[in-house]
Amino acid sequence: MPTVLVVVEAQPDGKLKKATLNAITAARALGDVHAVVLAKDATALAAEVKDYVKVVHAGSAAHVEHYLAETWAPAVAEVAKAISAEWVGAAATQQGRDLMPRVAAKLNAAMASDIMAVNGTTLTRPMWAGAVIAEVTLSTPVKAFTVRTTEFALAEKAGGAGEVKAFAPAPVTSPTKFVEFKEVKSARPELTEARIVVSGGRGTKGDFKEVEALADELGAAVGASRAVCDAGWQPNDLQVGQTGKVVAPSLYVAAGISGAIQHLAGMKGSKTIVAINKDGEAPIFQVADYGLVADLFKALPELRAAIKAAK
Amino acid sequence: MKILVTAKRVEDPESKIKVDAAGKGIVKEGLKYKINPFDEIAVEEALRLVAKHPGDVVAVSIGGKEVHEQLRHALAMGATKAVWVNHEGPLDQMGVAGLLKKIVEKEKPDLVILGKQSIDDDQNQVGQYLAEWLGWGQATFASKADSLDSENEKNKVPGVIVGDGAKTIDVIREVDGGLNRLQLTLPAVVTTDLRLNQPRYASLPGIMKAKSKPLEELNPAGLGVDVAPKITVTKLSMPPARKAGIKVADVPTLVTKLKTEAKVI
Ligand SMILES: Cc1cc2nc3c(=O)[nH]c(=O)nc-3n(C[C@H](O)[C@H](O)[C@H](O)COP(=O)(O)OP(=O)(O)OC[C@H]3O[C@@H](n4cnc5c(N)ncnc54)[C@H](O)[C@@H]3O)c2cc1C
Ligand SMILES: Nc1ncnc2c1ncn2[C@@H]1O[C@H](COP(=O)(O)O)[C@@H](O)[C@H]1O
Repeated sequence: MPTVLVVVEAQPDGKLKKATLNAITAARALGDVHAVVLAKDATALAAEVKDYVKVVHAGSAAHVEHYLAETWAPAVAEVAKAISAEWVGAAATQQGRDLMPRVAAKLNAAMASDIMAVNGTTLTRPMWAGAVIAEVTLSTPVKAFTVRTTEFALAEKAGGAGEVKAFAPAPVTSPTKFVEFKEVKSARPELTEARIVVSGGRGTKGDFKEVEALADELGAAVGASRAVCDAGWQPNDLQVGQTGKVVAPSLYVAAGISGAIQHLAGMKGSKTIVAINKDGEAPIFQVADYGLVADLFKALPELRAAIKAAK
Repeated sequence: MKILVTAKRVEDPESKIKVDAAGKGIVKEGLKYKINPFDEIAVEEALRLVAKHPGDVVAVSIGGKEVHEQLRHALAMGATKAVWVNHEGPLDQMGVAGLLKKIVEKEKPDLVILGKQSIDDDQNQVGQYLAEWLGWGQATFASKADSLDSENEKNKVPGVIVGDGAKTIDVIREVDGGLNRLQLTLPAVVTTDLRLNQPRYASLPGIMKAKSKPLEELNPAGLGVDVAPKITVTKLSMPPARKAGIKVADVPTLVTKLKTEAKVI
């Protein structure tokens, strides 16, 4: 069995980010899974991960405290070489997308981004905003990948706890310094983990009150189209699509969103899609299970009241 | 400041892409081509930076002769010089990064700005490979902290801020959960996100001038780069279409469907 190394990602609070468990599921289809944790003190996070993998390589050092590709890539490559990993991967989060090509470059590995399926050593991935699905193979001795989290279930614990091996990442001088992270805090569920997502588009004209009120009634996350984020009406982090987040909740409500292919790329894997748009010809209706041709400012409050009443 | 930017030729993002019958490529008939939208943002950012810190903007594109169109577009926007790497046939991200590394060694820019991803391959890799192979710092997903939707967009705090004596840059980046700020020692690699700026239109005088600006031709063999792909696409297909849904007449019907049919609320 080939060895697969997965880079573990932490949330801002230091706990395990769920996306890593989706990546581990994908990695299990490729071989024996090892994980690498990097932190000032990697002990606690390594303990969270060890039940899911064969070995956790827990690298503790001050210089890897704040994630930087320049300091993390050498540490990940060091572990990959030490265990002769044939595959190295991570979840296709912003961190994974930033880090993995740099790791791959260090290992002279070819890389497949955003993989959606694994079949032997053939990987499936989207191209042209998901209009095309490609099957690819990588011919370098070491191969790299990032994982589209919506396509793989969260990993279950493996029978028997894995081993934790501590190591000290070799010091590196980075030409890049971390200055700050401005967190956009929200009381709502995280977009990529929510069971229900309510998204608004340019049709809201920037007034998200009704989108948010419906989301709160449903315990849902709020999403947005690019038009909304570009205008600064909602934070960048809420953009759903080809160049934003990919989500696949059980219910996705799109209000005032036209349904450009770049938006569909981020949500068409949702189980049930509801579209509310005053233009009956809007392309969003082609992917919607239930379409309502209506003014969102009238329909959303009505919908919220009806859902409340039906509870 | 000397800045190198990339100008990949890609299908217009508005096009309907279809896979050919053999499942080996896409149907090319009727397609329009453009500069990769992220690369256009890279050219714009470079032009804004050299407006304050004078120097040259060199645009690079790799492909057949048709990529001259994208190079001329970058020149018409205001780039000083174009470099065309003449290459037909398949090319993967390691190939592109390998060629760009050689060009960087020749041109010696202070900064390289690329798009975060190509909208055809959607790989999001080249900038990071290049930064590692050069041993430089990287700031991917560069973005403005403020909205783009303003007449004053040009005057707001930029996403790439040149530091004291042009030895460093600060870059604002879109990351999960918020915005991150990095400080990079130059030379460095930056990749653009959508919200870094709004690219200018090429003016008519700009288009005229572009015709007489230098366009250098290179090729992989001359640069000593083996571009044989390490990624092989074995099959292309269209994703399964979602089954057709229905239009509901009103909100009560919608709620009933969601409760009893879809069982999601
Ligand atoms: C390289 C690239 C990457 C991109 N990446 C993304 C991405 O990741 N995510 C993304 O979303 N987009 C992305 N886009 C942009 C995409 O092409 C569309 O421009 C964008 O999704 C449009 O947003 P929208 O649907 O909110 O706005 P519009 O297309 O303007 O649609 C607004 C809709 O609201 C409806 N409407 C108006 N008023 C009302 C009302 N009162 N009630 C109900 N309906 C109303 C209108 O009928 C219309 O259909 C990308 C584009 C490019 C070129
Ligand atoms: N053939 C090419 N010519 C010029 N630049 C390219 C080419 N291919 C990729 N790039 C650059 O690399 C960036 C990232 O592309 P990718 O990693 O393929 O998603 C793009 O935005 C371009 O700036």
